[in-house]
Amino acid sequence: MPNTAISVSDLSKKYDDRLAVSHINFEVPLGTVCGFVGPNGSGKTTTMRMLLGLITPTTGEGHILGEPIEHPEKYLSRVGAMIEGPAFYPALSGYENLMVLAKLGGFPVERVQQLLDKVGLGDRGKSKFKTYSLGMKQRLGIAAALLPEPKLLMLDEPTNGLDPEGIQEVRALLRDLANGGTTVFVSSHLLSELEIISDYIVMLRKGEIVFAGPIGELMAQQQPTIIARSLKYSDLESIVEIAEKAGHHAVIRNDSVHILAGMEWAPVLNKAAFDAGITLAQLAPQLPNLEETFFEMTGDK
Amino acid sequence: MFNVVKAELRKLRRPTLFFGTMGAALFFTALITSFIYLMIDSPQGNSDRGRSIGREVLGLASGSVNGFSSVGGFLGIIALCVFAAQTAQEYTYGTLRNLLVRQPSRMKILVGKLISMALFALIMITIAAVVSIANSYILAPGANVSTDLWFTSDGFQAIFTTFVNVTISVIAFGILGMVLGLLLRSPISAISFGVLWLLIIEVLLIAVKNSLQSWLPGAQLSAIASGGSLDLTYQHALTVGGMYVVVGAIVASVLFVRRDVAN
Repeated sequence: MPNTAISVSDLSKKYDDRLAVSHINFEVPLGTVCGFVGPNGSGKTTTMRMLLGLITPTTGEGHILGEPIEHPEKYLSRVGAMIEGPAFYPALSGYENLMVLAKLGGFPVERVQQLLDKVGLGDRGKSKFKTYSLGMKQRLGIAAALLPEPKLLMLDEPTNGLDPEGIQEVRALLRDLANGGTTVFVSSHLLSELEIISDYIVMLRKGEIVFAGPIGELMAQQQPTIIARSLKYSDLESIVEIAEKAGHHAVIRNDSVHILAGMEWAPVLNKAAFDAGITLAQLAPQLPNLEETFFEMTGDK
Repeated sequence: MFNVVKAELRKLRRPTLFFGTMGAALFFTALITSFIYLMIDSPQGNSDRGRSIGREVLGLASGSVNGFSSVGGFLGIIALCVFAAQTAQEYTYGTLRNLLVRQPSRMKILVGKLISMALFALIMITIAAVVSIANSYILAPGANVSTDLWFTSDGFQAIFTTFVNVTISVIAFGILGMVLGLLLRSPISAISFGVLWLLIIEVLLIAVKNSLQSWLPGAQLSAIASGGSLDLTYQHALTVGGMYVVVGAIVASVLFVRRDVAN
């Protein structure tokens, strides 16, 4: 029994002369929730497609639940997936759509209604898919992914279109599944959500791995930040100048300055601001969150 | 494979699709069969391209299935549309990736789809056969056509043979539709191309050069349904039509198995 749910080595995918995924290596341990993040077009979906046997890698190898990705028939019966949004037959009901997949995979048909209930579609199962809202479609996609009682669940943007309550439900669902031993590999633009539920993070940028490992390790690598806010908005530029003169990188975000520096430098800034006639309304330390780390590492902002 | 067939049948039994298709088959069958009897004395003829089927031919043991064999080409076009749409929609809806995640063997998906659609076509052909023979039996006395030989052992043999020929023809049309669906990956494009080719381009090409009739796919498959015609022998139609189907199926299968599913 392998101790990794996903292991990828030197995996690449080239379309004509464009390298969509470039020699990536990472591992996802069994029973963890792994966030898969990266800007649009960074190669997340292409990687997921390769792991599911939908597209053939140009180079490299991968293993899912210990089986090589060249033989998806050996592991897909234990994998649930929703890639690039929910795709179903519009003229069939949610129930019928799941029945098609249950029959195809040879899963017990009783699971269909159970899963519709689980994702909150129990009373709308008989409605046609084309009448569903985006959130309902997303829920049906998650139900379809859960049909095989998966050991590995791969979800691409599962919270797209969900309201805050729905997002919270999905978060709880994924955590429950992980607690029950299911490995969850999930991509999302809601980095704050991933930060809450993920044990591992795989970060991609332009088809290359920027980071792959435990989320704690990622955060520990990041420099702490001081948030400084002045009474007058026009003073923010002066604060940036003070920080940069002292050799600290600083940027204005919304109505405050984010300075890459430890809290020990805060009194120095406070005094320098006072000397420059700036009244600080806020001076606080902030440990970097996943979103800031993401922007820092991917250079997206 | 059996799971694929069961899953596909759930899609095919959708009321709009099922009753729509069967309704179209029933309409064309009743219409074409009725024309043969109601226009029997018409100088414009009572069959395709102004040909006439006389009382003596309709009174033969094979007379009960003249209408049914004539409608074979139309049933084929219906099958082409259904097979093409059911195949190409997997690309346009993006549902192919769901199918392949649940059944990674692409050949099993393809063959399972074909079997389920062939079963669907078989129901359509059976309905058409029953409607056509019943309609013929009802209209024959009014057209002074004798039905004495229709239900003899030779008559039943003719019914069976025609049923087999129409089935081969309709499923071959369907496979060509499936090939178009796999190649064009869009139901509208696949159906438009198929219907345009069969109903307009082939007809025009044959009108310009009659000898092309021996080589164009639609003409071969229609001739198979009729058990051969004056211009095309059954054997020739079966060979040439079979080649179109086999070559098309091989090319489409290889593409389907090897092509990345990137939508």
